[in-house]
Amino acid sequence: MAVCIAVIAKENYPLYIRSVPTQNELKFHYTVHTSLDVVEEKISAVGKSIGDQRELYLGLLYPTEDYKVYGYVTNSKVKFVIVVDSSNTSLRDNEIRSMFRKLHNSFTDVMCNPFYNPGDPIQSKAFNGIVSGMMVQTG
Amino acid sequence: MMSGSQWELPPELCCRPMAFVALTGLDVVFNAVHRAIWDAFCANRRADRVPISFKVLPGDHEYPKCRTKRTSYEWYIPKGILKTSWMNKHLNLVPALVVLFYELDWDDPQWKEKQSECATKVEIVRTSLQGRNTKVAVVLIQKKTPLPPGEDLVASERASALCNACDLSGKSLFVLPHTDHLVGYIIRLENAFYEHAQTYYYTEIRRVKSHKEFLNKTTHQLLFVRHQFKIAFFSELKQDTQNALKYYRTAYSLVHELRAHETNMLEIKTLAGFINYKICRLCFQHNTPLDAIAQFRKHMDLCKKKIGSAELAFEHSAWMSKQFQSFGELFDEAIKLGLTAIQTQNPGFYYQQAACYSQDRKQLAQQLCQAGVSYPSADPLDPQSGGLDYYGQRPWRQGQQSIDPPDAEKEKMGILALQIKERDVPHSELIIALLSNAVAQFKKYKCPRMKSHLMVQMGEEYYHAKDYTKALKLLDYVMCDYRTERWWALLTAILSTALRCAYLMASVKDYVIYSMELLGRASTLKEEQRSRIEKNLFKVLMNEVPDAEPECDSSTVSAARSLWTDRMALSGSNELTIEVQDYIPFIQCKARFQSPSFHVDQPIQLQVFLRADCPHPVSFSKLTVSLSNQEYNQWCDMESSGQSLTLLPGKTRCYHFSFVAKTEDVGKKVEMTGIEVMLGSDSGRCVFLSWRGAGGDAASAQEALQASRSSRRWGRGLEARQELDWDSLTLQHSTMIISRVPKICVQLSHLPPALISEMYCIRLTVQSHEDTVAKDVKLTAGLKPGQDANLGQATHVTLDQSVLCDDSAPSLLADVPLGDLKPGEQLEKCVYVRCVSFGPRLFLFHVAYSMETAVEGQQIICRCHKDETLTIETVVPFEVSVKFVSTKFEPLEQVAVDIPFLLMTDIMSSSPWPLLLSSSSLQLLTVTSHTAQPESQLQQVVLQTGESASECFCLRCPPGTNSTNTVSTGQYLISWRRKSCGSESPLIQTAVSLPYIILEPVPVYIHADLPSFGRVRESLPVRYHIENRTALVQEVEIAVEPSDAFMFSGLKQVHLLVLPGTQQHMLYNYYPLMAGYQTLPHLNISLPRCPASNVLALRRFLPQRIFVKPQGRQPDDASIAAA
Repeated sequence: MAVCIAVIAKENYPLYIRSVPTQNELKFHYTVHTSLDVVEEKISAVGKSIGDQRELYLGLLYPTEDYKVYGYVTNSKVKFVIVVDSSNTSLRDNEIRSMFRKLHNSFTDVMCNPFYNPGDPIQSKAFNGIVSGMMVQTG
Repeated sequence: MMSGSQWELPPELCCRPMAFVALTGLDVVFNAVHRAIWDAFCANRRADRVPISFKVLPGDHEYPKCRTKRTSYEWYIPKGILKTSWMNKHLNLVPALVVLFYELDWDDPQWKEKQSECATKVEIVRTSLQGRNTKVAVVLIQKKTPLPPGEDLVASERASALCNACDLSGKSLFVLPHTDHLVGYIIRLENAFYEHAQTYYYTEIRRVKSHKEFLNKTTHQLLFVRHQFKIAFFSELKQDTQNALKYYRTAYSLVHELRAHETNMLEIKTLAGFINYKICRLCFQHNTPLDAIAQFRKHMDLCKKKIGSAELAFEHSAWMSKQFQSFGELFDEAIKLGLTAIQTQNPGFYYQQAACYSQDRKQLAQQLCQAGVSYPSADPLDPQSGGLDYYGQRPWRQGQQSIDPPDAEKEKMGILALQIKERDVPHSELIIALLSNAVAQFKKYKCPRMKSHLMVQMGEEYYHAKDYTKALKLLDYVMCDYRTERWWALLTAILSTALRCAYLMASVKDYVIYSMELLGRASTLKEEQRSRIEKNLFKVLMNEVPDAEPECDSSTVSAARSLWTDRMALSGSNELTIEVQDYIPFIQCKARFQSPSFHVDQPIQLQVFLRADCPHPVSFSKLTVSLSNQEYNQWCDMESSGQSLTLLPGKTRCYHFSFVAKTEDVGKKVEMTGIEVMLGSDSGRCVFLSWRGAGGDAASAQEALQASRSSRRWGRGLEARQELDWDSLTLQHSTMIISRVPKICVQLSHLPPALISEMYCIRLTVQSHEDTVAKDVKLTAGLKPGQDANLGQATHVTLDQSVLCDDSAPSLLADVPLGDLKPGEQLEKCVYVRCVSFGPRLFLFHVAYSMETAVEGQQIICRCHKDETLTIETVVPFEVSVKFVSTKFEPLEQVAVDIPFLLMTDIMSSSPWPLLLSSSSLQLLTVTSHTAQPESQLQQVVLQTGESASECFCLRCPPGTNSTNTVSTGQYLISWRRKSCGSESPLIQTAVSLPYIILEPVPVYIHADLPSFGRVRESLPVRYHIENRTALVQEVEIAVEPSDAFMFSGLKQVHLLVLPGTQQHMLYNYYPLMAGYQTLPHLNISLPRCPASNVLALRRFLPQRIFVKPQGRQPDDASIAAA
């Protein structure tokens, strides 16, 4: 299960970041922010060959000593980042994929809300609920 | 041992092991030949030469003693894993081969003596190497070039003798002729040495391997590791890196099988680190970087948890940090040798992790190494025998392998000593160095955000190291990245650190800047924090010392406080200007001109919106707007006089300014160049927040975009509310000053279309609706500039209608003064336009005047103008057609000379307005009028649309013009005007060119005189004239053919001669018998002298028919009498 989940706007500013409350929240912000380097690189690498159907799931972005960072980019260049504890070896690639899919579906619902202005921080309760379901349950 | 370098890997581990060969018997100082040989060995040791490290040693050099070989390990208990001296011993002290250089030629006269001397020298070396497997070789330095092998019998005989004397095998005796090809011989020699060295290391490996059978797993665990390590190391010396890697890997797994406890943890980790280093190094060398990375990961996973003594936990972090650092360095080195790294796998990550562990180390050191304890008097870290015997052991209990420390007191002292030493380690320096290594790597591998993150960490580390200036420099540098990427939480964290630095440095400007941004809307700080910061900011504005930031430690705070006090006491320099545009300050500013343009007689309206995002109300003392024309600035500032200017949290305040534009600025732009808000007061400290242009800051553009998106979604319903919506307030940073709206009425009356060449009258009526006198009214009228250039030459404008204007008249009349115009008055002016080509034209009528008016109580003289434009079509007034006909009204192709003919003109009006044709005339060339110049037949004729007027002229080409070519005949002139124009308007003369004609001479001209009509049964006299125009006598035969319609009298057939230049007459009396058009009797004419002449051509001037009237009833009819 994830320790941090983030949604990043096309312009690379955070729309939503949630991390497990027990740990340093700022550290996760930095982790997610730095992972954008890899995301950007991966996106730009695909753009070069025309007609290349890009897979939305970017896979493991980079491993750190403590965390694994996974990325996912929608067609409108909104990024999802999931940070998983390195010690959590039980989590398979498939499960990460399905987490991203769930996140994407929920995000689409948020976008469909006529009262939501795209680009504003996400405050949807439904979205929050989905994210909570994917986070490590603490306490 | 230096505490900083305690964790450094020993250089003998990090170097590339090379076979060690000792050279003896060389006197490199005094003997030039020996020197040259030595240089040939040392110089240019490139990669293509065999890897040997050479050393020159004296012949009687003492090599390290070999310990007596153990025959049984049964009672042996090892004291440690690896001796600290071992690697160095085999790299630099114990040679694989000792080479004795000896000068001896085969034909040396004192051969016997020399041979025994050489044997003695070999013996000395052998003795010194007692017990070692080191090989010995002899090189004879000879002056002569040797003969090919087998040819020199003396040589081979003496060689074998020498071998025997020295107890050498033939393979160990070499000859080095000291000739030209020294380097070539040397290379051959060293290849031979290399083989010997390899054999030596091979036997060493065998020797170490042979110990294995004596070992048992309970007591000799350490030896298993030691032996594997040694075998691997010897393999490396042998340059067998594949096997070396294999043995190192075995050694690595063995080291982790060792029973680990607190006392030997350091030793195990040290050795594991060494072996890991060797494995990774070899993997990179073998170009299998993934293996290296995998090994390193495994190593870290295995060792991460092996912390060892909790009191010395910082040691573990230091060790971990070093592991990452060394791996990073290995990785980096491999890249320099050609390996390619990628964004997600580059040395930067290892440096970063090394820095991370160094940070841990620092924290642990801070927790564990309490201050105030003095260093133990008997230094437990100073081992008795100068240095450690075994790697990774504690100096105070070397060689101890028992689980419990032998002396608890010593142990305590040792730990204390280590802790005290750790206190002096410059942790921050180490961390910063690692971070900056990492930054350099991430920069290379396109990770700007990672780089920024590491720079933040560096900044924080500088902050911890109390180097605030450097800290601020770094933080300030990266802040803008986080600001532009809009990561507010991170920005806030960085700003908070920066604020602490600024506080501790007592840097007023920085302190104000960071406070401002932390109070701003981008800050994610809690309300109470913001409140505290705002209060501190106010203190600084009052020139008071702010409260300390909560996270600063007390020792630094007191120093900072005194710094602040000093700073505050400093007189002067209490003004501070801060460019806030690039920040997100707590006071937001947006300004706009209320309209993109203003008329000069309107006051220019300017609004400045201010909004405070801080938790408490903030008051400011001055607001000034600077404009591009500085003369207006005086109207755009506001000072708190009496009522203070206060901004309430979250509320928008709007400040209005208005001023009167200068009349000379009409047509110019006025721009806002800056806005300044002054906080504080002169009594305390003045801080000017300065915005460029019309305000806005680093975040407002994006906010405006978001706002526009939402308003688009919500449609126009929100439009009314928009005034209050801060985000959607748009900046209007410039306005245009345009001239006053004229209050005059300009009317144009005219009768389109214009006719070509006429003086087309356009009547201009100007009526003033002004309240005051419109002075200096001026008219500019004419063709609007910017049209087809040809139109300018085909259009002429004048005010004088009495004279037809010519080409010199301009196409645009500029600035015609029309005098003053009182309120309500009206003036008229006629403008005449003459267009000499057809087509549409655009005319401009520009009426300008000046008048005085009052704006906001200020009298200004402003010029106003009104433009009217008019498109006028120009058309042709009439079409003129002209043709020549004969007197018989037959169209003429050629005109016969000296014979009358007719000119028919036809004028057809195409003007929509009636035209008055005043007169017409001919201007003849070549031809002349046959009749006296008559009065025009068209005089004062009025033509309506579509009507036409015709004229007929009888012309003749005078004799003597014998040109056979075409000739011009002149012009037809028509004077005309519109009927509606009065007689005072000038007549327009239109000239129509008459067509060209072809002249034709007539040699014999035959024509007839006859009445215009006949009457039945009345005599009709016809006289034929035959005129000879040639210079010859012409013979003419004429015969009259009978006709039904006529009887006639006269010569029926005649033959006559006509002299040159004379004419003959023939008179006939015809007697018409029938009424109506009757064909006259045919005259058959022929010129017998020139049979080629045509009867038709001769006859063409004769009338063909005549009208015969019926017989009248009254015999005394006057017309008959006339006939």
